[in-house]
Amino acid sequence: MRPTNELTLLLPSRSANESIARVCVAGFAAQLDPTLEELGDIKTVVSEAVTNCIVHAYPDTIGEIKIRCRTFANGVLEIVISDRGIGIPDIEKAREPMFTTGGEERSGMGFTIMESFSDSCIVRHRAGGGTVVKLSKRIEPRT
Amino acid sequence: MNIDIQRTDDSLVIKLSGDLDHHAAGKVFESFTALPEALPRRCTLDLGGVTFMDSSGIAVVLGLRRRLSYIGAELSVVNAPAQAMRVFRAAGMKEI
Repeated sequence: MRPTNELTLLLPSRSANESIARVCVAGFAAQLDPTLEELGDIKTVVSEAVTNCIVHAYPDTIGEIKIRCRTFANGVLEIVISDRGIGIPDIEKAREPMFTTGGEERSGMGFTIMESFSDSCIVRHRAGGGTVVKLSKRIEPRT
Repeated sequence: MNIDIQRTDDSLVIKLSGDLDHHAAGKVFESFTALPEALPRRCTLDLGGVTFMDSSGIAVVLGLRRRLSYIGAELSVVNAPAQAMRVFRAAGMKEI
């Protein structure tokens, strides 16, 4: 299925860019006429995925975060967030609730929330290094 | 993120306002570190001014609760907005 619209963002992995990423994606998603709750969910999953890049992919350096968003005619918003960082050694372990290697300032609930607030959350190693998180959420049409 | 800490003899109220994400959480944790050793037995974390929260907010609550548990103090989290409540519920924290 061909997308109806697309947006690509490239951001350095600075924590100040967390809010910029979620606001940009929320602005793009607005064309699907989401409810406030759906918009909050979209901002939350983007914030979690971008924070993972900043904290885990590039712990000691500033790297590039790529965010690609696409909308489809069936109301689906697809968000792909990728990095070229050090990768996640054990993806299944990382998806377990409360598991974190980020110290006490992280809750270990990022993937749990991404899974809860999206219809699909796929995490895979990126060819050539890094991680790709693909999130999909269908915005129900309002009558 | 604005952090307002009000202390009386028997209570401590921490009011947060703005977006509570990983960027802001560092500042919040720093403010916890700066709290005096002797704290009241009752502490309230007021999230009424929070405009957005992700799982960093969960870490903030757990971190503050851990700090207070050392002295046997209790933590109440109040006025969490609907978006923050969805995050707490997704994490299984239904009693916020």
